[in-house]
Amino acid sequence: MSEWTRPRHLPEALEILAAAPGPYRVISGGTDLMVESHLAPERRPESWLDISGLQELQGLQITEEGIRIGAATSLEAIRRHAEVVAHWPMLAASAAVTGAPPIQNRATLGGNVCNASPAADNAPALLAYGARLEIAHHRGSRWLPYGDFHQGYRKTALQAGELLSAFWIPYPPKHSRGYFRKVGTRAAQAIAKVSIAALIEEDSDGMIQSARFGMASVAATPCTLPSVSQYLLGRALRDIADAQVRQRVGQDIAPIQDIRSTTEYRLEIASRLVLEAIHRRSESKKED
Amino acid sequence: MPTTMRINGKAFQSSSAPNARLLDVLRNECDLKGTKEGCGEGECGACAVLVNGKLVNSCLVPLGQMEQAEITTVEGLPEDSALARAFVQCGATQCGICTPGMMLAATALLMEHANPTLEEIRWGLSGNLCRCTGYGRIYAAIAQAAGGSADV
Repeated sequence: MSEWTRPRHLPEALEILAAAPGPYRVISGGTDLMVESHLAPERRPESWLDISGLQELQGLQITEEGIRIGAATSLEAIRRHAEVVAHWPMLAASAAVTGAPPIQNRATLGGNVCNASPAADNAPALLAYGARLEIAHHRGSRWLPYGDFHQGYRKTALQAGELLSAFWIPYPPKHSRGYFRKVGTRAAQAIAKVSIAALIEEDSDGMIQSARFGMASVAATPCTLPSVSQYLLGRALRDIADAQVRQRVGQDIAPIQDIRSTTEYRLEIASRLVLEAIHRRSESKKED
Repeated sequence: MPTTMRINGKAFQSSSAPNARLLDVLRNECDLKGTKEGCGEGECGACAVLVNGKLVNSCLVPLGQMEQAEITTVEGLPEDSALARAFVQCGATQCGICTPGMMLAATALLMEHANPTLEEIRWGLSGNLCRCTGYGRIYAAIAQAAGGSADV
């Protein structure tokens, strides 16, 4: 019988992880891990560390700079949170298209990124908003830009003994606009073929001051589009050459063919979505 | 260490492993066979139950998190209710596999929206698959149970 530990406080959980960092599997909502555990019992861990009871990892708090979201906060709590809906609508929208209500009632934001799927639904919004991660260890916490978290296919920057404890998301710049879209085969539950979040800031003359993109299902990890962002910087919308954007999208992503889509489709859709994000002035949009 | 919960209002203690699925505890230990296993990976909602009033897929819930939880399965819903009558009257059931999960999803929805719009009904049931009815009659049943028009 496997061992199951459900500590009440973060220091206790960190002590446990520090004392035996290797064999523990960290679980909270379980919406990914329970599937894996059932389908591949041979890979079932000996020891589970259940962090769903840690108060420190729960809830959302508005701060001067933005919002702190505990890593074990449910996607349901995030999508319903009035401040998230008002200031970070792309995150509210991505939480609302992660699975369906019974999944969102259990799944957590921390779990979605730690599971480290290239298709992680909330990764694009977190990348576009420039989220930072608070990573706890019993010797102390460290900060990491979320953009540095995914280091390879299903490989994260978490070291032995570390636990993702919270997300810190700054307020978007005043004159910025967001664009979010998830493309999948059905409205609920689908795993994304491609998804995108973009945050574009323009000055009063219509020059782009900053442009940050987050995409999923277009590379081995959720990713930003550094060369697209660089191209847009300081340009007015009317001076943007779509062919240049397309070429840079091709440099920034590395889509694969899999059961959900083809390389060509993903590349084409990614380019069209990036162009739509640039040229369209709508707010975040739910999936079709 | 055994896990103590309340299932359909009655205290129940399970000695299964903490990583056991709530679905298996309900079906095999409690003999509550109304909760179905469809996909086993959270896509279909056939195993949906309420845990502390929230709709969840019991195939994804580890027993170890159920200490002191209040669990409602389809057997815990009233035998005769506006919802049950509406399901019958609207022909919202065909093969029946999805029906328990649909009833729980509808219950969770009606707890939050006493008079849901069609959009709210579709959202509330979006985690539940039905391969027979085409959903229209299920949506109609929920609208009727809420006292609205069955004409959706």
